[in-house]
Amino acid sequence: MTQPSRPLVYSDVDIKRILLGVRTIAMVGASANWVRPSNFAMKYLQGKGYRIIPINPGAAGKVIHEETCYASIRDVPDQVDMVDIFRSSPAAAGIIDEVISVASDKGIRVVWMQLGVRNDEAASRGEAAGLEVIMDRCPKIEFGRLFGELGWSGVNSGIISSKRRKYAS
Amino acid sequence: MTSKYDQNGKGQHKYGMETRTIHAGSSPDPVTGARNTPIYQTTSYVFDGAEHASDLFNLQAFGFIYSRLTNPTVAVLEERIANLEDGRAAVCASSGHAAQFLAFFSLLDPGDEFIASRNLYGGSITQFGVSFKRLGWNCKFVDPHDPENFRKALSEKTKAIFIEVLANPSGVVVDLEAIAAISKEAGIPLIVDNTLSTPYLCQPFDWGADIIVHSTTKFLSGNGTSMGGAVVESGKFNWAARGKFPTMTEPDPAYHGLTFAETFGDFGYTMKTRTVGLRDFGPCMSPANAFYTLMGMETLHLRVERHVENALKIAEFLDGHPAISWVSYAGLKSSPYHQLKQKYLPKGAGSVFTFGVKRGYDACIKLVESVNLFSHLANVGDTRSLILHPASTTHRQLTDEQRKNAGAGSDVIRLSVGLETVGDLIYDLDQALK
Ligand SMILES: Cc1ncc(COP(=O)(O)O)c(C=O)c1O
Repeated sequence: MTQPSRPLVYSDVDIKRILLGVRTIAMVGASANWVRPSNFAMKYLQGKGYRIIPINPGAAGKVIHEETCYASIRDVPDQVDMVDIFRSSPAAAGIIDEVISVASDKGIRVVWMQLGVRNDEAASRGEAAGLEVIMDRCPKIEFGRLFGELGWSGVNSGIISSKRRKYAS
Repeated sequence: MTSKYDQNGKGQHKYGMETRTIHAGSSPDPVTGARNTPIYQTTSYVFDGAEHASDLFNLQAFGFIYSRLTNPTVAVLEERIANLEDGRAAVCASSGHAAQFLAFFSLLDPGDEFIASRNLYGGSITQFGVSFKRLGWNCKFVDPHDPENFRKALSEKTKAIFIEVLANPSGVVVDLEAIAAISKEAGIPLIVDNTLSTPYLCQPFDWGADIIVHSTTKFLSGNGTSMGGAVVESGKFNWAARGKFPTMTEPDPAYHGLTFAETFGDFGYTMKTRTVGLRDFGPCMSPANAFYTLMGMETLHLRVERHVENALKIAEFLDGHPAISWVSYAGLKSSPYHQLKQKYLPKGAGSVFTFGVKRGYDACIKLVESVNLFSHLANVGDTRSLILHPASTTHRQLTDEQRKNAGAGSDVIRLSVGLETVGDLIYDLDQALK
């Protein structure tokens, strides 16, 4: 992780809006190895109804969890709402530049960098190009946290509410 | 402390301790709307299908399998404790001692060492010094009064430091921040037993602790009904930094080569402790005990405030009593720990403390047998006031030297001051001391 210059605080309202608004996610760095975190996240998010398109040059043409893997975002034939980056913080820069160049063509609105991945400069470029950017979070964990599942494992969701919990599936 | 969350999108609002002791983790039941937390008295949970079952067993989905691992009632308590400690996650256990065992199991391999303060609950000294040794986990005890003693005891094999910030029974307060700095420099987690202070009086994560353990048996449940324990992680410890924690950072054979720190990020330690420690050793908390503990915790803030108020009055009374040689309560201005107490426990020094009876062992025995309101038993943190002579009970298994070091010599009486009318408690001690 690059040295965080400021704490990253995203409002639960925004994270929920993003998670409920996107349907197709390109996952850059998705691994075909089932014990890798990216593979876990892919499987979980598929279970929640998302279509996850794996992007990984080393696995291009292979099928991961019933989805064809592509070498780059550019190669994906379909529309994509969000790009989820499972790569190192420095490597995120090049990926964001690629996203910026294909965003209007593919319909990409959101770039999400995984837990531990943060690149403030690249994020600023993405935001300047009209993309919404989230860093250093995991969509699987945030989904679990905001829709109550993470608390099942004793994780502090940070949520205080007298309203019934609603599970999304 | 600021949270990384902003629940309403209207700027961060940090809910107060009182609100969180009541609400954290327990939004109304999604299906029935039940406002209080239901007791899910069930051992197991149906799977949606074979795929769902395998996802759960592989930890690829969140959900319930079997109550040895997770239970919806226990989960509410876990989230509540994690929230009150400003931690990332927590896992409950069947007792405080089980929690301590699990906390270390996730860190140590045979041959590893950890350093513990010698001012600990007597049972912990025995657990660490005798039973852990048989597992090849070696504990070095040090005098916590000089934090440098922890540094001096460090070796290549040291994997953790363990302290009670407010120690049982002697009311010693240790310099948490200084010890945290030493553990940080050594790249090992500082584990704090926060049982006697509770999150209401002390917030160890704010001072640099990495893991907190609790005996929920005491003040958290508060009414002496239910055994329980908890392990809480701050979520800030970097397991990978020095390659010292293969249990966290290397593929785990107990889960087909999954790597806990990487897969679960800042709650990886809790997941490891639950899905390996709890799964394989089995000391889970029962749903009924979690329910009683939650019920008690709702009033933690009110109770602890009064515990502290009563304790101070009784300590002052004893301090002026002719039959008493000394009183070790950090809330007294004359206490050598008063400055540390002002720093780490500004709202009070808890309600467990010791004092010396001038006429020694026999006078102590007479005292514990002559009280009428105080209960003579081996527990602390009850609504009821409790009295104990550690040398003849909890600390009996220790050597004379260990007893003295732990502040439990033969003239020592321990009180756990409860919530009765304070004048009655003073009257009771006064008549028993005559
Ligand atoms: C400070 C402290 N830690 C741990 C324990 C052990 O907890 P349990 O009795 O719940 O196993 C105790 C119990 O007396 C205690 O006082």
